[in-house]
Amino acid sequence: MAFEQAVFAEGVVKKFGDVVALDGMDLTVERGQVVGLLGPNGAGKTTMVRILSTLLTPTSGIARVSGFDVVTQPDEVRRAIGLTGQYAAVDEYLTGRENLRMFGDLYHLEPKYVKRRSQELLDSFDLSEAADRSVRTYSGGMRRRLDLASSLIARPSILFLDEPTTGLDPRSRLGMWAVIEGLVAEGTTVLLTTQYLEEADQLAQDIVVIDHGRVIAHGTAEALKDQIGGDRIEVTVVNAGQASAAADVLRTVSTGEPAIEEGRVSAPVSGGSTVLVNAIRALDVAGIEVSDLLLRRPTLDDVFMTLTGHAAEEETPVLAKRGRRGRQS
Amino acid sequence: MSTVAPVRSRPIVGWAVHDGIVVARRNLIQSIRVPESLFFSLVQPVIFVLLFAYVFGGAIPIPGDGANPEEAANAYRNYLMPGIFGQTVAFAAAASTVGIAEDMRKGLIDRFRALPMAHGAVLIGRTFADAARQILVLAVLSITGFVIGWRITGGLLNAIYAYLLLLLFAYTVSWVGSTIGLAMPNPETASTAGLAWLFPLTFLSNAFVPISSMPDWLQAFAAFNPVSTLVLATRELFGNPTGIQPDYWPLQHPIPYTVMACALIIAIFATLSVRKFSRTTSK
Repeated sequence: MAFEQAVFAEGVVKKFGDVVALDGMDLTVERGQVVGLLGPNGAGKTTMVRILSTLLTPTSGIARVSGFDVVTQPDEVRRAIGLTGQYAAVDEYLTGRENLRMFGDLYHLEPKYVKRRSQELLDSFDLSEAADRSVRTYSGGMRRRLDLASSLIARPSILFLDEPTTGLDPRSRLGMWAVIEGLVAEGTTVLLTTQYLEEADQLAQDIVVIDHGRVIAHGTAEALKDQIGGDRIEVTVVNAGQASAAADVLRTVSTGEPAIEEGRVSAPVSGGSTVLVNAIRALDVAGIEVSDLLLRRPTLDDVFMTLTGHAAEEETPVLAKRGRRGRQS
Repeated sequence: MSTVAPVRSRPIVGWAVHDGIVVARRNLIQSIRVPESLFFSLVQPVIFVLLFAYVFGGAIPIPGDGANPEEAANAYRNYLMPGIFGQTVAFAAAASTVGIAEDMRKGLIDRFRALPMAHGAVLIGRTFADAARQILVLAVLSITGFVIGWRITGGLLNAIYAYLLLLLFAYTVSWVGSTIGLAMPNPETASTAGLAWLFPLTFLSNAFVPISSMPDWLQAFAAFNPVSTLVLATRELFGNPTGIQPDYWPLQHPIPYTVMACALIIAIFATLSVRKFSRTTSK
């Protein structure tokens, strides 16, 4: 079993009536790997996680988690996974400790172990002070941490994190990242969905970009960035009238045609910082006043724009129409 | 994470009951932590007792009782209390409907479904806790009844049977309420839908007025309504006035009819709700 891939899915299709949420998804996650499932709202990220965690049955296709089929062996799958959804699925009226005890009991773990493990999780997730307070008094970040702790009570070897930081303030987000990085360091396999490109870049070794229920790109963050081209030089001129003159200068150092956007000129380059020095000299010689100049690595936003033709956080019309239920897809 | 979490051995009662108790414990802790909701679930039936005893009481004659207005009013109060008991336990269903709908909204149902726990344990826990809460409600109601002149005259053992029958009924309707809750899109709709069927169910019965006072076509419905047989059975067991019963089998055999009806309803709705539960996802 240890040789099995953590997640193996092939040709997974899921339809909700006429809406096709997944349209032949393939996904492989090796043990110990952290894979980021990246896509806009409505791309099918959550549907995929829900299928892998046995909450939904696929319309067709194969999905195995830890070697177990999600349709025919759901209990074996459930024993192997931890799931943290988009909402802090903990009981508000119980205390943090009582929540952990309840989930531990429902995993059928030894009561003594549950007690010890709860304390361990409360300590490491910075919740020990609030442990015996009702969850109603917790902040959003604390609830998420408790939610994550709850899914770790049975030490699952595979963890599904469905948009673990959506709705959190920047400080709580960094806190969640630290916690997730800690788990990864211990060897937990993580499948993470996110619409924050920065988050995928930060946490995942391997990124699977999906849109309209299908994989459209796959690779490391660096590979994806290389796929759409290397560095770009960006020059902002003081006087917008000099933009085309600046473009002429940049043409001498660039590997492609410069693009002008108001007072900003950008062009693809290769050769790193040497290019930057050459560009500065040439601009100076040509007497062009520059207010800003930088060499930019493409971000995953650029990757997304190039691959899908729309920005990552753009809402799709289907989603807007489906309203609240849209978040299931 | 090389260490594997130790799993305990299977409890004698089986996993379904074990998991059901875990969930029930959580639901009961909830009612302690929200004393407001517990308080109002006690206030409502008490208000019903006072309303019916003092506002409608004089206007509803119980056939077969004395003509003296004082005696008649007292007879009605003794007739009324089992009716209020029956109505109150029937309304336990509404709490189940709302509770399940809230768990769905918060995503807790998803978490439970992704655990390797027994199927149906969430529902067993819910119905068990909602029925258990009725013990306190029945205690408060009994004291209120005692204050307004209600008396148990059928012996202690029969009184215990009466209370057990009431709790069985609360447990039964909680399954119906849970099933409705699983089908609801949100807790707001659930709180309306959870009550809608309970008013006709409890009022089209002998809870407040004798069945013999109803038009014929309604008598047939009221006679087979398990609320009627539950109330009649508790009246008999408590030794309270029963009025005169029309000639229907359930009214001639209220205890076996009530127990059988409960068993049938649980069988149907437990099947329906467990099936629905395993397919439901959070709304």
